[in-house]
Amino acid sequence: MTIAMLSTTTLTAYIEGIGLLGPGLIDWPSSQAVLGGQQPYQPQKTILSPPALLPAAERRRSGAIIKLTLATGLEAITAAGLDPASLPSVFSASGGDGENCHAICEMLASDDRQISPTRFHNSVHNAAAGYWSIATGAMATSSVLCAFDASFGAGLLEALTQVVVDDTHSVLLAYDTAYPEPLHSARPIPDAFGIALVLAPQRSAQTVAKISVSLTDASADQFDDAALEALRIAIPAARGLPLLRAIALRQDRQVVLDYLDSTRLAVAVTLC
Amino acid sequence: MNPLHLSHFTATSSIGRGLDQTLDALRQRRSGLAPCAFETVDLATFIGEVAGVDAVQLPAHLAEFDCRNNRLALLGLLQDGFAEAVRAASAKYGAQRVGVFIGTSTSGILQTELAYRRRDPVTGALPADFIYRTTHNTFSVADFTRHYFGLGGPAVVVSSACSSSAKVFSSARRMMAAGLIDAALVGGVDSLCLTTLYGFNSLGLVAEQACRPFDAQRNGISIGEAAAFALLERPAQHLDADAVLLLGIGESSDAYHMSSPHPDGLGARMAMQDALQMAGLQPAEIDYINLHGTATPNNDAAEGKAVHHVFGAGTPCSSTKGATGHTLGAAGGVEAVICALALQHGLLPAGLNIRQFDPTLNLNYVLENRDQPVARALSNSFGFGGTNCSLIFGRADKL
Repeated sequence: MTIAMLSTTTLTAYIEGIGLLGPGLIDWPSSQAVLGGQQPYQPQKTILSPPALLPAAERRRSGAIIKLTLATGLEAITAAGLDPASLPSVFSASGGDGENCHAICEMLASDDRQISPTRFHNSVHNAAAGYWSIATGAMATSSVLCAFDASFGAGLLEALTQVVVDDTHSVLLAYDTAYPEPLHSARPIPDAFGIALVLAPQRSAQTVAKISVSLTDASADQFDDAALEALRIAIPAARGLPLLRAIALRQDRQVVLDYLDSTRLAVAVTLC
Repeated sequence: MNPLHLSHFTATSSIGRGLDQTLDALRQRRSGLAPCAFETVDLATFIGEVAGVDAVQLPAHLAEFDCRNNRLALLGLLQDGFAEAVRAASAKYGAQRVGVFIGTSTSGILQTELAYRRRDPVTGALPADFIYRTTHNTFSVADFTRHYFGLGGPAVVVSSACSSSAKVFSSARRMMAAGLIDAALVGGVDSLCLTTLYGFNSLGLVAEQACRPFDAQRNGISIGEAAAFALLERPAQHLDADAVLLLGIGESSDAYHMSSPHPDGLGARMAMQDALQMAGLQPAEIDYINLHGTATPNNDAAEGKAVHHVFGAGTPCSSTKGATGHTLGAAGGVEAVICALALQHGLLPAGLNIRQFDPTLNLNYVLENRDQPVARALSNSFGFGGTNCSLIFGRADKL
């Protein structure tokens, strides 16, 4: 298949590690057979574990978004055999901590507006990046992004430009968590889901796949499996799943990932 | 890095709409801070509110984006011929080749705060007129901007608290260097809301009077709102002598605490050093530092130590937050524009509201406006979560 390019610019990086956590998807190794179609996808509530790496005070204050990003980020970095303290990062999410946002809005609409300091500092969009740097000791830069439903594509582009322009490794963390009602009805993200990718500028012994990414106006790839396709549509971070499927299938493929309304990402995946 | 040209820029804050009013306020040492009368807020504090935001009307076809943050964005875009410059860039390069990178911390959250007062008493549902995507969502301001101009290039919001609209310059730089775009609309927009006013109050970080950055008795921030933008392009062969260029960027993370800076400003130090390195400059080649200078005891102490470590006590520096207030996710953009004005007009703007400079800090803090040539200026922006960004700007005739 040939895919029309909007621009001749292609950004190339090498995936060295993958992290995955979502409904019915426990980690990357156990999810490959599901994404590759050898095993049925069985959605179950996302299992989030307390982050052992955080100091006790921060662990107590950490919500779903912190647990999710520490799980996927560390899975990817461990697979790549790297030290998280040394890595620049990109955190991309379509929203912040939904439970926390709801609690603050509820209090601000009440007679007692004295929200707690912890609620407030957890409300910033970069809370996950802040906890990440405390947990891992990473003092390198972290880009914290939001592009609504385009957040996976925006994060991937940002991480690729770090890799290509600054000639560095980068870890991309794309993730979303659910809002409780009444915000859930306005933004119906069903559950927590995250993908993490360690990207490198050169091929190495750890390389899983080479990706070459360009902008396109072709339509985004879908899943034949209705439940996987529902997941891809429902959670912005899951718009990256067709890339993981190509790697799970261990085939060189052209993948199109969703991005902005008029622009998608064409990804040439070469297994290494 | 290859320098990038700020071919157009503008700022709207409590000290004025656009560059002329902003420069005049800096020259007159006029603060935009006033006792808080915003919405139903019952806190004893000063704020930097932009006049006339409520009267701004979005174009009818973008009505779903209507919220205070996007009204402020539009008000800012309409100053100084900035919107015309964006349209010209779109025509010159193609709409697909212009990217949008905007920093905000709270976006249109005020819309949700207000909607929570109008929940259905039986079901708890939000009112039917509440639109999450185009108001509350963090991306809303960048999405509004790209739709307003019909831009089709990469678009994103950077939301890392108070470093957001400094870090947009970094994302834009990489995207331009990678060849995906030819021009970047960068900026920051943050607007008043209850979350930040009551949130900073809960942390005991809000001053009762107008904030006093680097004063011995400083006791907290004054929250402000602002919209600031710049158009980044590759420099043309021939630039005006006073053209402003982005020369270097440094970014770091504290890895220390969610809401307190590293006590010695270690992350801040790294950001400034990395910016100097990227620009290929020595500390002595910086003529002015626009400090983050929020006026909390810890922030200013940590930044003061970090600046002294990198620059010593000689480099003139000031915080302009005594004038504008802390505009949070817009602060990096506003202060980038103030640096650009300092470069073009040879003005070192004094820090306001100082009675006695903090005697424990050894800095060349600018207490009175100084008229003198400024060839290169550095701007600091630091935020919650320990996120740090330093930007260096310079005049084209001093490269």
